[in-house]
Amino acid sequence: MAALVELKGLKTYFETPRGLLHAVDDVTMSFEKGTTMGVVGESGCGKSTLGRTTIHLLESTGGQIFYEGEDVTHVSASRLFKLRQDMQIIFQDPFSSLNPRFTVEETLKETLLRAKRATRKTLDAEITKLMDMVGIARRLRMSYPHEMDGGRRQRVGIARALAMNPKFIVCDEPVSALDVSIQAQVLNLLQDLQVEFGLTYMFVTHDLSVVRHISDNISVMYLGQLVESCPSETLFEKPLHPYTKALLSAIPSTDIHNRCEQQIIKGELSSPINPKPGCRFFNRCPHACEACYQAQQLREIGQGHFVLCHMAEKLQADIHAEACLENRTGQMC
Amino acid sequence: MQHNEKAFLSVRDLVVEYTSDNQVIHAVNGVSFDLERGKTLGLVGETGAGKTTIAQSILRILPDPPARVRSGEIWYDGQNLMELDNNAMRKIRGAQISMVFQDPMTALNPTMRVGAQIADGIRLHSGCSKKESLVRAQDMLEMVGIPKYRYREYPHQFSGGMKQRVVIAIALACNPNLLLADEPTTALDVTIQAQVLNLIKILKKEKNTSMLLITHDLGVVADTCDNVAVVYAGEIVESGTLEEIFDNAAHPYTLGLFNSLPNMSAGAERLRPIAGMMPDPASLPGGCSFHPRCPKATEACKTERVGMHTISGTHCCRCNKVPVAAGRGEGL
Repeated sequence: MAALVELKGLKTYFETPRGLLHAVDDVTMSFEKGTTMGVVGESGCGKSTLGRTTIHLLESTGGQIFYEGEDVTHVSASRLFKLRQDMQIIFQDPFSSLNPRFTVEETLKETLLRAKRATRKTLDAEITKLMDMVGIARRLRMSYPHEMDGGRRQRVGIARALAMNPKFIVCDEPVSALDVSIQAQVLNLLQDLQVEFGLTYMFVTHDLSVVRHISDNISVMYLGQLVESCPSETLFEKPLHPYTKALLSAIPSTDIHNRCEQQIIKGELSSPINPKPGCRFFNRCPHACEACYQAQQLREIGQGHFVLCHMAEKLQADIHAEACLENRTGQMC
Repeated sequence: MQHNEKAFLSVRDLVVEYTSDNQVIHAVNGVSFDLERGKTLGLVGETGAGKTTIAQSILRILPDPPARVRSGEIWYDGQNLMELDNNAMRKIRGAQISMVFQDPMTALNPTMRVGAQIADGIRLHSGCSKKESLVRAQDMLEMVGIPKYRYREYPHQFSGGMKQRVVIAIALACNPNLLLADEPTTALDVTIQAQVLNLIKILKKEKNTSMLLITHDLGVVADTCDNVAVVYAGEIVESGTLEEIFDNAAHPYTLGLFNSLPNMSAGAERLRPIAGMMPDPASLPGGCSFHPRCPKATEACKTERVGMHTISGTHCCRCNKVPVAAGRGEGL
């Protein structure tokens, strides 16, 4: 399948008084048509910056962005205007991403007219269609954002992104501000829309259970770098990078009978300003050794399974040995 | 209802209202629960369910007005906190009962050094000298895993996880008997959350502290609590031990909460969310407050008030549709 969007060695740096902040550092990934790529990581790992750079809300410092095979890293204003209609974003905070002085109708109207997706005549019908699509009751058409709760506001944000008839949507933590029962409603809606319109999602979130539920592929980021990228099941069954493992074991499970041993990693994220060339997870890693001071390369370990760790093969062998041992003891019992 | 004399903390028929724009908002409507010494009770519910209001009324730090405790008794260690005067209450607050607030970014004083913020409470409640209190504050910092020498720093020099550790250090500085933890890890990342929860568990074990843990995260509850109470629209709709709730959830709302969670172990099946929204606490529906969203609601649910009844053992549920001794696994 052809990739809809491809990132090659993408970099986004910010100038700060203390030095260069490496928010996104040499990230390569590709988004297949009609699939969802989940991007996970802790706050400050650069996942939102990556999403925003991909759709040109932030200027990239280096690397390339391809859209349907075309290099769109640096484009003219008119091309960007067209490109934006294909690439949209749903923001995290449904409270601050809507204009408080616009009703639902005005929010959608502005978008539709600007993109010339509707004429004055078809506008009414088009707005009704969008509202039905995302499940906002028609009586709320003249409501302002403050009159609606978080779930409905997020639906308005989704409707606004859909108004452009996009192919690629960056979902930047679209459900993290919502309660679980409402979160489930919005996740179902996003999945329905994907099936209906063949949308491609980049799903940025810190919530691993959400990302597992919605993604086909998952990329794990740590301090601006991609540390592991693979199909969703592989990540949860055979995580290789020590950070991914720690991240997975840190999620409190609702299964009270099969409690797995928690592997709590010490310390916190180090500073992304002028990072040293070696592995960035070094100071928290239980497997750290001399070789970790060297710069690491993202390598393919298994089918579509990329890991940024020189120990990946050894860790994989360890997992394999453990599994064999378990099997044997299982048979003996 | 008579309070349970054996329990360490016993809340009975607590009713709290807020008044705004001549509207009465029914935040807490007759909540009762018991907490034994050394145990942890998890209060679970969604935004606006009244969880924080319950904790604030125990410590009597509700903003009054607009909040007003209409009725209720809070029995702590044999005394009714609702009847104490302000001076007596001030001696309990921070010394015997203390609270960890949700947002570590706003819970600390930005213009005070963290060491001084911890020492403040120690000096007030133990009456020791300034010097001694600072030494003890440094010990507290070390206990929560922050190097001693950082006691002279300000909150803005700390990361979110470290700020929350400072808040926990303040709460534990006077060896309280009861800790009210209001979403202590909601603002933190998962790896830091695991560190903080682990810290709370260790400290609780060492000092045999009882804890009321308020959260919306069922995973955190499974990890830390002995007992669980599910709160919906200001009422406890189901309560019991951890096993009773997680293995045999009975109330349709509790079941809905579990079904809304994306499953970590299984693949991507479709979620079954609870339809609709939490009711407006200014105009709660008659009858069972969950009936507009309940898949099993009947005509009777719309009009009849529903009482709490025992299903089995300590497992109680506020739903007329749930037969006695039934649950998720069997029956139903």
